[in-house]
Order: sequence, then structure tokens, then C-alpha cells
Amino acid sequence: MPDDHEINYNSYKELPPSPIATGSSLVFKTGGWRTMRPIIDLEKCKKCGICWKYCPDVSIIIVEDLPKVDLDYCKGCGICANECPFDAIVMVEEESI
Amino acid sequence: MKKVLSGNSAAAYGSMLVRAEVISAYPITPQTKIVEKIADLIANGEFKTEFVKVESEHSAMAAAVSASLVGARTFTATSAQGLLLMHEILHWASASRTPIVMVNINRGLAPPWSVWADQTDSIAQRDTGWMQFYCESCQEVLDTMIQLYKVAEDKDVLLPAMLSEDAFLLSHTSEIVDIPDQEKVDDFLGTFDPEYKLDVNRPMSFGSLSMPHQYYYEFRYKIAEAMENAKNKIIEVERDFEKVFGRSYGGFLDLYRCDGADIVLVAAGSMSSTIRIAVDEMRDKGHKVGLARLRVFRPFPVEEFKKLAKDVKIIGVLDRSFCFGYEGAFFTEIKSALYNMDDRPLVKGYVVGIGGRDVTLDVIFEIIDDCMKTTDTKEESFKWIGLKG
Repeated sequence: MPDDHEINYNSYKELPPSPIATGSSLVFKTGGWRTMRPIIDLEKCKKCGICWKYCPDVSIIIVEDLPKVDLDYCKGCGICANECPFDAIVMVEEESI
Repeated sequence: MKKVLSGNSAAAYGSMLVRAEVISAYPITPQTKIVEKIADLIANGEFKTEFVKVESEHSAMAAAVSASLVGARTFTATSAQGLLLMHEILHWASASRTPIVMVNINRGLAPPWSVWADQTDSIAQRDTGWMQFYCESCQEVLDTMIQLYKVAEDKDVLLPAMLSEDAFLLSHTSEIVDIPDQEKVDDFLGTFDPEYKLDVNRPMSFGSLSMPHQYYYEFRYKIAEAMENAKNKIIEVERDFEKVFGRSYGGFLDLYRCDGADIVLVAAGSMSSTIRIAVDEMRDKGHKVGLARLRVFRPFPVEEFKKLAKDVKIIGVLDRSFCFGYEGAFFTEIKSALYNMDDRPLVKGYVVGIGGRDVTLDVIFEIIDDCMKTTDTKEESFKWIGLKG
């Protein structure tokens, strides 16, 4: 959690009733959890959109008809690479990049 | 308007009277009729609500928590195995401070399979942060549902509430129920509009992480504080309810002929009606016996029990559940509540009615007789009544 979004309370009396974070995931990027990164070979891509459809975290975004990985949120699960019928996506270890 | 309603139908009408905006429920015997009756009321065009068909009780409670976080008045109902499947999300509901009201039909847990009255299912949810109410009549089910939304949605409470009725003995028993005027209920309850809610125009994340040095500890304290606040609110709502609707159930403890009583039996749910008859017969014979019907188990009525215990010689506690490795839960907790009193009465514990075993007048007389025979006030006894031994 970035420090500039943390509110400090001195007493339980000031807290909201339940744990609530302001800003939602627009502020809190979760891509840092990733150990494997999908690399898309656009030469092999047929623009079918299957990777976009299967991504459970809305982390394949379509830019000018072509898929792009949103690294701010992609957690490297590899579903896109597994589902791509044209083997256009490979998973590469983050440390090797 | 008066109708002949079962405990299940009373719950369904209750959800319509409080204008529940979202209902997510999964059918399970003996609660099924609640879901079916709600479906009827929707199909007839009488009840406008969002009914979410879910694939399990776990999902039913998850959907209820989400709906309540949006700011919708939310209702669900379950029983036994279904309640157990909800267990994880019951904690989410209370710690998210979502004032969901749920009807649970008290039913025995498997194995052996049983669909009959037994309170172990709800007692096993004691520590989930839900308020727990136990009802005796179909009218009380309907009225308590209205009361519970008023208590649960109060800004100083904001906790979910469970209303329990005994399987078949109440869920399927039909009685004349007075259905209050809709306008009166609307005026009494108002609308649910929490300060913090899921709103696309004001994005916030609910149920987020808290590190040990941050506020987890404090959030838990706030739930404990809310339970304490609920104590006053329950009494206040009971009083206001009586002014508007003319009916009252005694708040935490429904006392029946306890004035001047030497022996008071404590029980929850449908067996209380049988105990009333036994009390009347004993009083006719000149024996000073009374009933304190435990209506609210969480928050636990410590002060009410202390007040009751001042003038009583023996309290006989009837548990329709059992905490393996110790005793019946009511028995344990009542003793704990009285422990620091200077001149406390003897408290005796009796397990009855497990798995729907009939709690007859003979069973009650056997317990009263056991209390009357007690001469050694230092003795603390605990028995399974009617065990085939």
C-alpha cells in the first residue's frame, strides 16, 4: 500500500465501521505479484481476442486491434498463453527479463 | 389484516413488509417454504424485489453481503447444513458491518440425517458477530423481523441478525398472524442508507487488508462495541414497537410467572409454549415455578439474568443443543453471567430435544421435579433427559 494513500488514525473512534480503502484498484496496482510475464508474438497473432476473453483480471487490453498486456495488473497466471490457439503467447520468468 | 400463516410464511411476509430490496437464498428443508412463498409473492406481483437465485448457501450469503454493501435492505434464509456452509461469509457479513437479516430454521446436523428441531446449527455460529434471536410463535417471527431491521440498520449497531425458529414445530405450524399495515411498517423502519457503500461514482474497496500494527485490533473492538450498543437498541426498539403495533415480547428475556418464583426454567424457542403449560399446572398446585424464555442469545443478556437471579433459588436451563466436550451453551453462559454475584442461585443444566426428540409435558415435569428435589445448593448438575440408557 503506497504511503501517500494511508490515512493515520489515533483512535478507533475515528475509523469507519469496517475496513474500507479509498481509491480502489485504480490506485493500488497489483502487477507486482507477478513472477511470470506473458510475451505476445504479434507476428503469430490472428486478432481472435481469445486471450482478451479468457483473462480473469481484465489485463489483456486491445490497442488498435492488437492485444497488449496491462502489466500494472497482470499477475502472470498464464491462462492467455494456455488458451491461445496459435501459440502466440509465451510465459517468461520476470527475473530473466 | 389477519392471515393463517406458518412460521415460514410469516418470514416470507416479513421480508415483503420490510420491503427487502435484495433476497438471495438457496432452498433447504425445512426452510424451503420461505423461498417458495417469496417466489409466489413476486410472481403474483405483490412483492417487488431482486431475487437472486444462487448455487449454494455460501453464495447466498456472499450475494447478501454484496447487496447490503450497495445499501440495499437484504434478506436471506437457511437451515442446518446450509447455515454451516455459510459460516465463512457470516464472519464477512459482521466484520463488513452489513445489517443483513436472516431467518434460520433450527434443524439437527448430520449424521445421522435429521431435519427436525435442534439448535446446534445456530449455537455453532455464536462467535460470528451476528445477533441471535429465538422465536416462539409465528406472530413473533413476523414482528421480530421488523424489529431486527430497525436494530441492525442503526448506525451505532450495523450488525447482521439471525432469527431462529424450530424446525417444523414453528416453521410448519400455522397460526393466526396479524399482518401490520404497510404504512405503519414503512414509518417505523424508514429506509436503509449507510454512510459508506459501494458506489461507482465514489469508488472504494471494502474488506481490505490491515497489518498487525494498523487497525485490525481496533476494527474487532468496534464490533464488540456495536454488540454492546445493540443491547440498548433492542430494548428501545421493543418499546417503540409496542407503542406502534401493540405487541411486545419482553426484549431479551420473556418472563412468564417469574414473580416470587423459587424455580425458574430457561429455554429458547418452541418448547417454551410447553413449559408455560407446565408452569401453570405447578402454580395451580401451589409450587412457585416460572419461565424465562431466552429470546436473545447474542448480545447475551447478562444484566437481565443477574436481575432475575436475585430472587430465585434454582435456575433450570434447558439446552436443545450440546457443545461436545463441555455442556449445553445456555447452561455455561448463564452460569458465567452469574459467577460474580454474592448470593447467586443454583444453576442446573438439562439437555433435551436433540434431533427433534419431543419435549413433552412429562419431560418438563421431570426437570421441575429434579429442581424441586435439590437440597444441596452447592451441587451443580447436568443431565441428558430421556436418554435411552
